[in-house]
Amino acid sequence: MATKKPEIPTLATLVEKLKNGELYEEVKKEVLNSQLWTSSFRHGYADTPRNRVLQIVSNVWLHLHPVKIHRHALRIKFTWCMGGITFLLFLSTVVTGVILMFYYRPVGEYAYFDMKYLQYDVPFGMLMRNMHRWAAHAMVITVWLHMFRVFLTGSYKPPREFNWVIGVFLVTFTLLLSFTGYLLPWDQLAMWAVTVGTNMARATPFLGHEGPFQEYVFGVSPRYDARSMLIGGSIVGPPALLRFYVLHCIFIPLVAGALMIVHFWRIRKDGGISGPL
Amino acid sequence: MAETITNENKKSVASTSKKSPKKDESKDTIWSRRDFFSIAGWAGFMATLGLSSLFFTRLLFPRVLFEPSPIFKAGKPSDYTVGEVSTKFIKSQRVWIVRDLEGIYVVFGLCTHLGCTPRWLNTEKKYKCPCHGSGFTKDGTNFEGPAPRPLEHLKITLDPDGIIEIDKSKKFLYEKGEWGKPGSKLLI
Repeated sequence: MATKKPEIPTLATLVEKLKNGELYEEVKKEVLNSQLWTSSFRHGYADTPRNRVLQIVSNVWLHLHPVKIHRHALRIKFTWCMGGITFLLFLSTVVTGVILMFYYRPVGEYAYFDMKYLQYDVPFGMLMRNMHRWAAHAMVITVWLHMFRVFLTGSYKPPREFNWVIGVFLVTFTLLLSFTGYLLPWDQLAMWAVTVGTNMARATPFLGHEGPFQEYVFGVSPRYDARSMLIGGSIVGPPALLRFYVLHCIFIPLVAGALMIVHFWRIRKDGGISGPL
Repeated sequence: MAETITNENKKSVASTSKKSPKKDESKDTIWSRRDFFSIAGWAGFMATLGLSSLFFTRLLFPRVLFEPSPIFKAGKPSDYTVGEVSTKFIKSQRVWIVRDLEGIYVVFGLCTHLGCTPRWLNTEKKYKCPCHGSGFTKDGTNFEGPAPRPLEHLKITLDPDGIIEIDKSKKFLYEKGEWGKPGSKLLI
């Protein structure tokens, strides 16, 4: 742009320019005309009412939230904001969980010591682990309170019955996330909690080797049943740790995330948050 | 709502107007070429999906497990005296080996109440659970405390060398009438 050689300004002129706002205008012009800026943002932004609406309507993140909502939906006494808080807690477990994955190895020999290492030797590791843990605990509580509120306000009734069912799946996946995450510290508490928990799978109808009607299913034995599929063997050992890790970090979050998208979308499609009766 | 209806209407109108001349051409076939490829494509897709699910289910059960075998050898039948409960394997294998006049059977040391390991009290001739006080007779029948059913018996066989072989993965439950079944007792 500028073919003339820039003069080196004295401090006094700079201060003078700063005072009357000339410097700001010059820098702004320089930045807006730079190739970096013009190639990143193809055109300017006109601050018109139409553009403001478009900004909201076409924003993928704000899409989760409707463009306009009923006044009653803003009343904290009606919703307790429990669904939103649950989603916020889910997001914080995702962020802290990904950070924990930088250090944690789901291997029998390492898992427990990685947990200790994170807690005592990694800066902010203790904070990340505890944020993950407490957000997870809180999420279980808020998701139940959310369900309780939806029940009390009758919001499960048509046309919202489909979203209620999605919500029941989501509460189940929340509990499964907690359960699978419980094994990962790989200490005695984790071991025995999951031993007791997965022992229930022995009693699965048809597919558990101690469950009802298992005698009618070919090949069901302690070695080949619902429980051994879950823990990759007949005892809670390293294969169980690896399986629970994959379920905890990949499978369940993906499924729950997909269901959450449907859940939020259906709130809008079913006419927004239910009104007072 | 209104939009979708009009769209569908358009589609149906378009498809009928397009299809009707074609149908006249191929009256003698059950499926049109398009139908055939559509059905074949979906069938192939579903078959692939179904088979992959089967493969994946099988994949979750490896052929080799790196864990202690449920089968172990427990010496010769003559090692056990009639009328006695052997506590030789309770520490390492969690089983008692009992011999009566008829033969030898194996009692699993897992309390049927909440899963603690009971103790064999030789003076009182009973298994007693330290956790909640369940008591079992020599053959495992529950007679006191909260245990809801008798202790489980395990599979016992004799290998070709005359050595006792115990399989802890095969259980015999009294309440299912399995205590007399083959494998539940080594008759001598």
